[in-house]
Parts: sequence; structure tokens; C-alpha cells
Amino acid sequence: MSKVNNISTADSRWINWFKWSSPSTFYPVAGKLIPIFWALTAIFGIAGLWVSFFVAPVDAVQGQGYRIIFVHVPASWMSMLIYLVMAGWAGLGLIFNTRLSAMMAQALAPIGAWMAFLSLWTGAFWGKPMWGTWWVWDARLTSELILLFLYLGFIALQASIDNPRRADKAGAILALVGVVNVPIIYFSVKWWNTLHQGASVSLTKAPAMAQTMLWGMLLMTLCFWMYSIAVSLMRVRTLILERETHTDWVRQLNEVNH
Amino acid sequence: MWNSPSEFFAMGGYALYVWSSFGACALVLLLEPIVIRIRNNAVIRRLKQQLIAERFDKESSQ
Repeated sequence: MSKVNNISTADSRWINWFKWSSPSTFYPVAGKLIPIFWALTAIFGIAGLWVSFFVAPVDAVQGQGYRIIFVHVPASWMSMLIYLVMAGWAGLGLIFNTRLSAMMAQALAPIGAWMAFLSLWTGAFWGKPMWGTWWVWDARLTSELILLFLYLGFIALQASIDNPRRADKAGAILALVGVVNVPIIYFSVKWWNTLHQGASVSLTKAPAMAQTMLWGMLLMTLCFWMYSIAVSLMRVRTLILERETHTDWVRQLNEVNH
Repeated sequence: MWNSPSEFFAMGGYALYVWSSFGACALVLLLEPIVIRIRNNAVIRRLKQQLIAERFDKESSQ
């Protein structure tokens, strides 16, 4: 008897799993999640900016210029994290042949590219006053630039193939091969002699100071993180509509019929 | 920490660098959802037109 029960529960869990991988069930769920992530973005953003500008003290070496860290580090971390998540979804799509996973990967690429761009942009505006140059062909900077090109390559490759399923496959392979770049970025400051500082400026200061700087960085990272989730859910909903145009459930949606 | 608003905006002489960084982030992060919204509205408009066209086809063939 218990054996039968076990099988049935395992069975239902298995079915649930796949239920969520269907665009028609995910679409309304994503719609409900988006406002929650926007609220979290706002909360962490306000707290993070307040700590960044009004709580974190001036840096002993870099003066007020160091405050760029509060957007530079979150953008850089998110550019790497989003790439890993994107490659993960692309890989799942490749293995299980699920449409939604491939759409998730496709939805993550633009926001990841923007994060990589912002990392390079804020890095340039930090490098100019501190190093005296906007750009150097340093290992950290170059590998981050390659990450931006990987994102752009993924987007361009998918856009250039008309058949969406084939576009998903080609994009997934590019995304998975590109994963090798992420640890290169992360460890570049250890593996090579670079101009880019190692860990974080805050860690070399007095503990009390480091604490508030670290808090500012963490809050801003959480803000960027929640933002990325909100924006990619918005984008995946648009992609679902675009790619499932022919299906009945899309035609029966409220927003289409009113 | 800041004695006046002008001191805050001057950022200890790093105003150009600090505000260009935060400004670019704000701009990108604001534009991205707007662009997605426009694209989303375009799909929904196209879907609506398709449905109207199909209904019209059905009615005129009867």
C-alpha cells in the first residue's frame, strides 16, 4: 500500500516539474512574480543608495571617487552570474529540449550584456581618475570585454537563424563554450599581474569602515539582482507571446481579447 | 558627512566620474523595461489584429 503511495507522490512531483516548464503555465506565474521583484528592487535600491552616499565614509586613498564601487561591483558580479544562469538554462534546453528553458536563456542575454557594458563603463570612469587612463589591455578588463562580446554574439547568432529551435541549439552551444571565460574573469587578478586591484578596497581599511562599505555593495548587488530577475521575467513573457503566437492559449489570453 | 548639497554634488572633485557612472546605470536600468514594454505592446497589438482578421474572414465566408 505504502509502496503504491510512494510511486504516486513521486509521479505527481514529476508531473508538476514539467508543468512549470510549459510556457502556458509559466506565463501567468511570471506575471504575478514581476511586481514582487520590482518591489524588492526598489527596497534594496533605496537602502543601497542611502548607504552608498550617506553612510559609507570617504575612502582614505581614493576620496569620494571610490563610491563608483557601489555600481561597478554589482554590475560586474551580475554580468558573470547572469552568464552562468543563461548558460545553465541554455544547457537544460539542449538536454531536455524544453522550449521555455531556451526562452529563459534568450531573455537573460540582453540584461547580461547591459550589465557587462555597465561594468566596463563604470570601470572606465573609475580608471580615469585613479589610474589616469580610461582603458588598458589588462587581463581583467579584456576578459570582461570578451564577456560582453559573448553576450552580443549569442544575441546575434540567435537573431540570424530563422528556425527558432535551431537558433536555440546554436545559441546554447555558444553559451556553454563561453562559460570558460567566467572563471578567467574571476581569477584574472590572481593569475596575472594586473592594474586592476585584487579583492575589494574596503577590506584593507579599519573593520568599522569596511563594514558599511561592504553593506552598501551587498545592498546594491541585491538591488541589481532583483532588477535582473524582474526584467528577464518581463522579457521572457514577451518572448513567449512572440514565439507561441499560433497557440490557442495565447489567443485566449485576456490581454489579447480586450 | 555632507555639509551642503553642493558639496554632495561635487563629490570631492570626482563629480564627473561618480555621476557619469551612476547616471549611465540609472539610464540603462530605466530604458530597458521601457523597451521591453514597447515590444510587448507591439506583440499584443499584432495578435489582436490577427484575431480581428480571422473573425472577419469567418464572417465574410458565411
